[in-house]
Amino acid sequence: MTATALPAADPPKLKMKQGNNLAMLIRQPVLLVTILLVFAVLFIFVVLPMITVFQLSFTTEEGGFSIQPLIDILTSDKGGYPSYRATFWNSMLLGVIVAICATAVGYLFAFATTRTEMRGKRFFDLVATLPIISPPFVLSLSIIFLFGKQGMITNGMFGIDDFEVKGLGGLVLVQSLSFFPVAYLTLRGILESIDDSVEDAAFSMGASRGHIFRTVTLPLSLPGIISAVLLVFIQSLEDFSNPAVIGGGYSTLAVEAYRVITGMNDTITGGMLAIILLLPTVAAYLFQKYWLRKKSFVTVSGKPTQVRRKLHEKHIVYPLFAACAIVTALVFMFYGTVLFGAFVKVWGINYEFTLEHFAYVFTLGADALLNSVELAAISAPIGGVLGMVIAYLTVRQRFPGRKLMAISSMLTFAIPGIVASIGFMYTFNHQPLLLQGTAIILVAMFTFRNIPVAIESGTTTLLSIDPCIEEASTISGADTGYTFRRVILPMRRNAFFSGLVYSFVRAMTAVSAIIFLISPKWSLATSKVFALFESSKFSEAAAFVMVLIVIIFIAIGVIQTIVNILLKPKAKAPEAAEIKLALSEGEK
Amino acid sequence: MSTETQDLRAFSGQSSSVVLDQITKVFPTPEGMGETTAVNHIDLEIADGEMVTLLGPSGCGKTTTLRMIAGFEYPSSGSIMIGDRDVANVPPNKRGISMVFQSYALFPHLSIWENVAYGLKVKKLPKEEMIARTGKIMKLMALDGYEKRFPNQLSGGQQQRVALARAVVIEPSVLLFDEPLSNLDAKLRERMRDELRALQKRLGITSLYVTHDQAEAMAISDRVVIMKDGNLMQVGTPQEIYEYPTSKFVANFIGKANFIDGQMLGKDSDGTAHVTVGGRSLSLANPGGIEVAVGQPCALAFRPESVKLDDPGLDGIPGKVTRVTYFGDKIEYEAAYGEHTVVIEVYNPQLAKHYREGDEVTMILDLATVRLLQQD
Repeated sequence: MTATALPAADPPKLKMKQGNNLAMLIRQPVLLVTILLVFAVLFIFVVLPMITVFQLSFTTEEGGFSIQPLIDILTSDKGGYPSYRATFWNSMLLGVIVAICATAVGYLFAFATTRTEMRGKRFFDLVATLPIISPPFVLSLSIIFLFGKQGMITNGMFGIDDFEVKGLGGLVLVQSLSFFPVAYLTLRGILESIDDSVEDAAFSMGASRGHIFRTVTLPLSLPGIISAVLLVFIQSLEDFSNPAVIGGGYSTLAVEAYRVITGMNDTITGGMLAIILLLPTVAAYLFQKYWLRKKSFVTVSGKPTQVRRKLHEKHIVYPLFAACAIVTALVFMFYGTVLFGAFVKVWGINYEFTLEHFAYVFTLGADALLNSVELAAISAPIGGVLGMVIAYLTVRQRFPGRKLMAISSMLTFAIPGIVASIGFMYTFNHQPLLLQGTAIILVAMFTFRNIPVAIESGTTTLLSIDPCIEEASTISGADTGYTFRRVILPMRRNAFFSGLVYSFVRAMTAVSAIIFLISPKWSLATSKVFALFESSKFSEAAAFVMVLIVIIFIAIGVIQTIVNILLKPKAKAPEAAEIKLALSEGEK
Repeated sequence: MSTETQDLRAFSGQSSSVVLDQITKVFPTPEGMGETTAVNHIDLEIADGEMVTLLGPSGCGKTTTLRMIAGFEYPSSGSIMIGDRDVANVPPNKRGISMVFQSYALFPHLSIWENVAYGLKVKKLPKEEMIARTGKIMKLMALDGYEKRFPNQLSGGQQQRVALARAVVIEPSVLLFDEPLSNLDAKLRERMRDELRALQKRLGITSLYVTHDQAEAMAISDRVVIMKDGNLMQVGTPQEIYEYPTSKFVANFIGKANFIDGQMLGKDSDGTAHVTVGGRSLSLANPGGIEVAVGQPCALAFRPESVKLDDPGLDGIPGKVTRVTYFGDKIEYEAAYGEHTVVIEVYNPQLAKHYREGDEVTMILDLATVRLLQQD
């Protein structure tokens, strides 16, 4: 309150940490062992599978090294079939179009919810975040229901029976709607952090709203836009489930790698396609994370004392509202279609109400559902805690290889599921790491694929909390483990919660990552849905994904409750009488 | 000794001395290219039960020194003894010391009771004893009744007391303070300062206090350590440091000081120093312990309140008032004498004659208050 009256305090002490060296580490055995363990698991479950994929593809029959197969794949055509070069360009084209579309929609929502006084902002915020926790296949399924051979719109309304929704057009629509939340979340953060007073300054100088947007808001959010484009591009490239079911003749790298390995048992080509897929995603990711973030010029100033009136002019707000409403209507229509489809007898022919598809799910699909829930429930807390541990180590501790740990743990975000799946399959199918066919391989896959979000949110909160609080715990006599349990984890309860939810949801919804790892004993819900698609049992698939959605919502509620019970602050203290008694006892 | 004081002694069971021997800390620069020396070969002994303050401007190495004693930083060279134990290989949580942080660093997710009892819980004390000890310190700190509150529900002063209670309840052998009062506003800061000193005296815990506020350092310390650029400049009681600074830096950092250039003529066996200033020769009866070689330039240092102002033409230094600032308890004048500017403080202005800008005056300086320092 009277900060100006006081002499300036010393600058923040964060920099002091840099001097801490190995000598301190060796004096904390628990910490040292933890660091070594994290390195070990990251090596086994992240680095090793990638090495395997490269080895698989670049090793000649004589055991030497050659990039000739890569060149062959990209240059040769396959006698009439589209060449892999065409597949590569297919993936790139789809990625670019979807990245642009999804970012545009994401920006629209983000701008509307952060910079205007539009009605229903909270509702649109919800709409834009919901698809993140949706199971795969939902949108593809509704596309088939609406525009397919028996499509309600194409066939039912217009009587067209040869309309082909499969291919690039359908994919762009489905992927754009699936991935615009990714762009939305990125852009919302950026747009929120742009200081209102910068826009006010331009406005007070007489600039029009349009001029301000072009010259101030848009340039300031440009790093966020590029970031969003790259993240959606990665998602599109990685996506397996949508192109696999509605790609039709439009082949993409992820799907082609799967078909080559399962259909032709050609692991070298499969591995090669995986690498061709891996390189652009990893490159885009590293560019986004380590270069672009430094370019961000978020304007940081003290908290504004006044609540500022945001954009409220009708000619701006109404069109924005209409655009958001259209996208929302589309999302609702698609989800509604699937919900409807789950309850009718034969889509396109007999729309009588039935529960038989749900009966199917709870009988023939029960095992897979239980497996999915069980493995997601096991892997989520492991991933949640591991993510917090890695965030803590990389933010608060100084040790050799710290950057390496940060990069390799975050890299799993950029490794396409199909590539990870191939890597796991060939790494863990022989001794001493024979895990194929077990639940462990699936749990490991879930854990390591899903930690980036836990790490990211953990890192953000760690950076925003005074490190002295941890030091206060240490100086009171607590070791690193005690401090982690009693201080670090509870204080980052929200980050921990979102890490848990994300891990759980991603585990429940993974398709490509587990496609080579499931076994008769350990089949999963998503692989069952995929199989239903392959045999055109769309109604059963609809019932399946609806059950998945319900399970995910229940799980989020359960996780919330557990996290609150375990970590929510409780005003614990003995009663006054108890203290009095203890004090009088002590005097005797 | 009152019963309360006897009670309090229980919290200072194993107070220890602290000895720093040639402590040095070198940091790599942020770019990773070079190195900066934050603390440079510091020797310091803190006696059992003593309160010592590390005082210096930002970046002088005082906080780094404190953090090395806490164990959060590891010295590049030199050794630290707490009691008769070399703590080089002892992690912070095993050193038996406590620390009060600038930001208080209370656990926001724990109740006040749990905050205070935290260290005892770590030690797995029996429940009865834990409640008794926590209850006692809470009562002492006037925190009883707030057990179930959370830190953000308390005022700044109360939070400060929680931080202090948490640090004291584990009966540390040494108590470290890292600018604990700098987040409080001026009035509260003074009150907490006195409270803190009173408590430290009663508990008799060896304490090391870091601050950049010289008034705070003077008010609470047995001894003050002045640091600059990682070097130890001077150690002494507040009175020694104020009255006998050994360098222009210290003289200027603690309070205000006037410096006048002179030249050393010689020193008598009784300690009286003879110097020339602007052609006049002066004898300083009490020049302090700094040696200046005969014929070398030197600086004469004196405090603003050592100078009296009077009408012009009297026996003294003639000058002209260039600035007048009225503070209520004192008037601060600046007067020009040749190319020197002299700062003069006249206390109790209601009883003194006031001069205005441009007035001719005579500055009367008691030579017994003038110290002889080296020119830097």
